[in-house]
Amino acid sequence: MEIFIQQIVSGIATGAIYACMALAIVMIYQAIHNLNFAQGEMAMFSTFIAWQLIAWGTPYWIAFALTLAISFIGGVVIERLVFKPIENAPILSYVVVFIALFAIFNSLAGFIWNFEIKPFPTPFGSGALFGGLMSPHQAGMIVVTVVVLALLYFFFRFTRIGLAMRAAAVNPESARLVGIRVSWMTALGWGMASAIGAVAGMMIAPVVFLEPNMMVSILLYGFAGAVLGGLTSPVGAVVGGLAVGVIENLAGTYIPVVGPELKLPIALLVIVAVLVVRPSGLMGRKIVQRV
Amino acid sequence: MKPLLSVRGLEASYGDLKVLRGLDFSIAEGSVTALLGANGAGKTTTLRALCGMIARSGEIEFDGRSIGRARTEDIVRLGIAHVPEGRGTFFNLTVEENLELGAMSRPAGRELTTDIQRIYGYFPRLEERRRQQAGTLSGGEQQMLAIGRALMLKPRLMLLDEPSFGLAPLIVEEVFRILAHVRETMKVSMLLVEQNANFALALADHAYLLETGEIAIAGPAEEIRNNESIRNAYLGY
Repeated sequence: MEIFIQQIVSGIATGAIYACMALAIVMIYQAIHNLNFAQGEMAMFSTFIAWQLIAWGTPYWIAFALTLAISFIGGVVIERLVFKPIENAPILSYVVVFIALFAIFNSLAGFIWNFEIKPFPTPFGSGALFGGLMSPHQAGMIVVTVVVLALLYFFFRFTRIGLAMRAAAVNPESARLVGIRVSWMTALGWGMASAIGAVAGMMIAPVVFLEPNMMVSILLYGFAGAVLGGLTSPVGAVVGGLAVGVIENLAGTYIPVVGPELKLPIALLVIVAVLVVRPSGLMGRKIVQRV
Repeated sequence: MKPLLSVRGLEASYGDLKVLRGLDFSIAEGSVTALLGANGAGKTTTLRALCGMIARSGEIEFDGRSIGRARTEDIVRLGIAHVPEGRGTFFNLTVEENLELGAMSRPAGRELTTDIQRIYGYFPRLEERRRQQAGTLSGGEQQMLAIGRALMLKPRLMLLDEPSFGLAPLIVEEVFRILAHVRETMKVSMLLVEQNANFALALADHAYLLETGEIAIAGPAEEIRNNESIRNAYLGY
């Protein structure tokens, strides 16, 4: 029983990170209706920036805040430079650009910081919490995710610009007719997604260690979470991400065949199963198009 | 008096197909102008061209300012509110959020609540449903919401694209009654595209009849309404 609870708790902790990635994915999906394959690599690159700042002697939380700011600006710049020009291009152009970004960030990180695995600090200290139920870092991951969620909720629910972003996602044409600069809302979405990805990267790096390929599997889990929750629903993305974390952990522990080696395919299995059974996800809206 | 909106040689195409072939028309401040015509005559295209939703050429002058090359978002900021074909509802936002969005391009601040209250004054039914998702509204209610959203801009000119479309006769009557009331109380000019010529001409001061991208007839609404040959030839009633 104790193992069971422990597995669920640590599933929620890593699930929180998947939830962040899923949120970042959903945020961009809402704006441009495409899945950003490079989301993980962008997050990894952000994490390297944080690592570099810390290595230069910047205190952790200042490095954290700086990394968020840099990632936000970076996300906006990527949208303006690369995606704005191909706004009306067919989906394949997007896919190609995503793959290009993926490769660029991956090799750039390897080039600047090399492929050696680096430890990444946790600001939450070591030891055990709640009688060994979870580590301080796990608790920290959960708290940070909750804070991110609360901020996002507040932003989208109570600020004018949040409302404008939602409107731009729901009905871009109508949004322009009330004077919303839709294309800037897209750029803003990229910036926010990039910053959220950076949070996920910095939180998961102490667990998986920092190296250019660290986010590949995390992104897959994030995709699984986003698809499970429905790509149109931020709440769904979070629930989906948490669920994937828990499923992955329980399967790894209790299904003897699975073990740690086969954990990743679970994520893919979830994606396929959801797409087959319920294409709009648990909380997604079916998009009905009138013709 | 100088017109609020004057249009000269307005042209627009969809691909190779020229839909507007050089329109000239103007709208006087405070007046309601009807743009009538059959399906495919170019009525909706005219509205879309005016606010830059499609590529267009020609001169468009609004309140002494040339807007022929301006972007939609900037045209809206000048005080032109478009109630689009299909009503442009933000489906999964609430009714009140939809209204709030109408004021998005002006600094609203504390006035926002008062302005929304004023809209509820015109459309009490929207107030009853203020917390509902706008997508759950009936067609008539969505039309009212679209008009309310446009009014939230405090526009000087409203472009209305077939407000009667798909509505039951009683609801059409209600919508037009409210438009007349809005016109009286808010002094807003309107360009009204309609298939329902009867209602449109009753509200309008002036009318243009569009035929395959050209203006076939122009004149005071009263005259066109009373001219039997025009009615028979173009309006079909």
